[in-house]
Amino acid sequence: MKKGTLKQILLITDGCSNKGEDPAATAALANQQGITVNVIGILDDQTEQPEGLQEVEEIALSGGGVSQLVYKQVLSQTVQAVTKQAMTQTLQGFVNKELQQILGSGQSMEDLAPEKRGEIMEVVEDMGETCDLEVLVLIDTSASMHDKLPTVKEALIDLSISLNSRIGRNRFCIYSFPGKKKDIQKVFDWSPQLDAISTVFPKLTSGGITPTGPAIREAMYQFGRKSLRRSFRNGNEPGVEEA
Amino acid sequence: MGTNQAWKKHNKEIRPGIHITGKWHKNSYLIKKELGSGAIGTVYLCEWNGRTAALKVSDTSTSMTVEVNVLKSLEKVQGNPLGPSLVDIDDWTSPLGNQYTFYVMEYLQGQSLASFIRQQGKEWIGVFMLQLLEDLERLHQSGWIFGDLKTDNILVLHSPPRVRWIDVGGTTKIGRAIKEYTEFYDRGYWGLGTRRAEPSYDLFALVMVFLHVFYPKRFEKKQSSSQVFLINKINAVKELTPYRTVLRKAVEGKYQTSAEMRVEVINCMYHMQKMSRSRTNKNVQKSTSLPMLAEAGGITLLATMYYLLSLLL
Ligand SMILES: Nc1ncnc2c1ncn2[C@@H]1O[C@H](COP(=O)(O)OP(=O)(O)O)[C@@H](O)[C@H]1O
Ligand SMILES: [Mg+2]
Repeated sequence: MKKGTLKQILLITDGCSNKGEDPAATAALANQQGITVNVIGILDDQTEQPEGLQEVEEIALSGGGVSQLVYKQVLSQTVQAVTKQAMTQTLQGFVNKELQQILGSGQSMEDLAPEKRGEIMEVVEDMGETCDLEVLVLIDTSASMHDKLPTVKEALIDLSISLNSRIGRNRFCIYSFPGKKKDIQKVFDWSPQLDAISTVFPKLTSGGITPTGPAIREAMYQFGRKSLRRSFRNGNEPGVEEA
Repeated sequence: MGTNQAWKKHNKEIRPGIHITGKWHKNSYLIKKELGSGAIGTVYLCEWNGRTAALKVSDTSTSMTVEVNVLKSLEKVQGNPLGPSLVDIDDWTSPLGNQYTFYVMEYLQGQSLASFIRQQGKEWIGVFMLQLLEDLERLHQSGWIFGDLKTDNILVLHSPPRVRWIDVGGTTKIGRAIKEYTEFYDRGYWGLGTRRAEPSYDLFALVMVFLHVFYPKRFEKKQSSSQVFLINKINAVKELTPYRTVLRKAVEGKYQTSAEMRVEVINCMYHMQKMSRSRTNKNVQKSTSLPMLAEAGGITLLATMYYLLSLLL
């Protein structure tokens, strides 16, 4: 099986979009480009009703990704669990496609006996461990996120510890939205590590607009940038881009 | 994924008294009661052909498949079993039409490490450390790292007392990224290392297991140096005094293998025994001198009585 690069957008937000196109639609578009959209919705405290964050699930569903609502105390573990689960899910999707070619259409892993499934899961695990991964983190920095940003920062450093313990290579970048003039604002350019983010972490953008849809669209374009391809080509192995 | 455990789908569908029948192997398991649950799934006590066993089910079927792969590998390792033995793996279609993957394993009846040590005394600390290090050494030798080593995933079986692992969900091939971990036990969380599966990862978690025994409420990370913080925590536990240096070195990631750490734990125990023997020797000397003192006291008493008597007369 060819070694590929998985592309993910990780959207971290605490509320609903209120400007621009439907975020679920842009997430579907990203998914069509081979990018998975995962969403983490942060809840304020135990009493809060999660209904305002229903959008979270819809974005992830049409983005082919994973969603999760969490209280900020457990953010670190959730961020890495969501990212890894989405990787497995995507890879399983590939495997299912290959299976259909072998077994005929309509067949998926669930239709196989548990013993056979075990062998296939080993292949999925191998791929998850060795594939290259690009994660674009998209952080909602509207006013309500104020007291959550330090936790988000910690969770992202933690994510880079987890992913960099894999055999495959990683690239991360961070964007925040809404940006000053544009829909999104670059906070941290593509880099294999996130340890250095402490100093550059996003300042809050005041004002009540949350243009989630346009932000996802902009984020999607950041994967096509030349600098990224170049940085992979400079690595020890040629970066095979295969979605 | 759910936000908390109560949201798990299978919890609503599985109750004591129901039968879970496998789609492929057709075995039927009567659910007796819940044994416990964790981040991944729930484990039930069940009955099948008059035998009791433990049945684990999760909403994510791939996790069950991965755990069964690990259990199968561990069964091949020689010596004392490294995990519960595997009985069956199958799918179950619930009355509501949901499909779950479950597996059935040996039911391990035991007690938690903390309650055993509390009841039976601190001399078991060293014994369990050695048992755990022995198992870890064999596990590592066969190419695996336990990963999610924590008090919840360790049971003490009785007569003779022997620690056993349950939940191999975190067990990862050496050199890969740890599959599953719990923050308190994870050196990555403390900023003291990577999550790459290597022996020193498990040895760090082992220290945290023994800290958890003496800090039942655990404790949280501080902004300052975690290394100093954890070493202070170790030093504050009287019961761990004999093992201080070994535990400190494991926190610092100084051991490359569990065998290395095991040798030093044995040295600590030997040293401790020598110390306590020399202390009892002193006690023996003290107790031999006591009768003499008593005798001397007796003589004085007698003399005083004669004196008093002479006054009276
Ligand atoms: N084989 C077993 N025998 C007896 N009890 C078990 C067994 N396996 C698990 N348990 C109990 O169920 C609990 C949860 O199981 P575990 O496998 O740790 O789930 P999770 O992977 O979700 O953490 C354990 O903490 C333990 O109390
Ligand atoms: Mg567990």
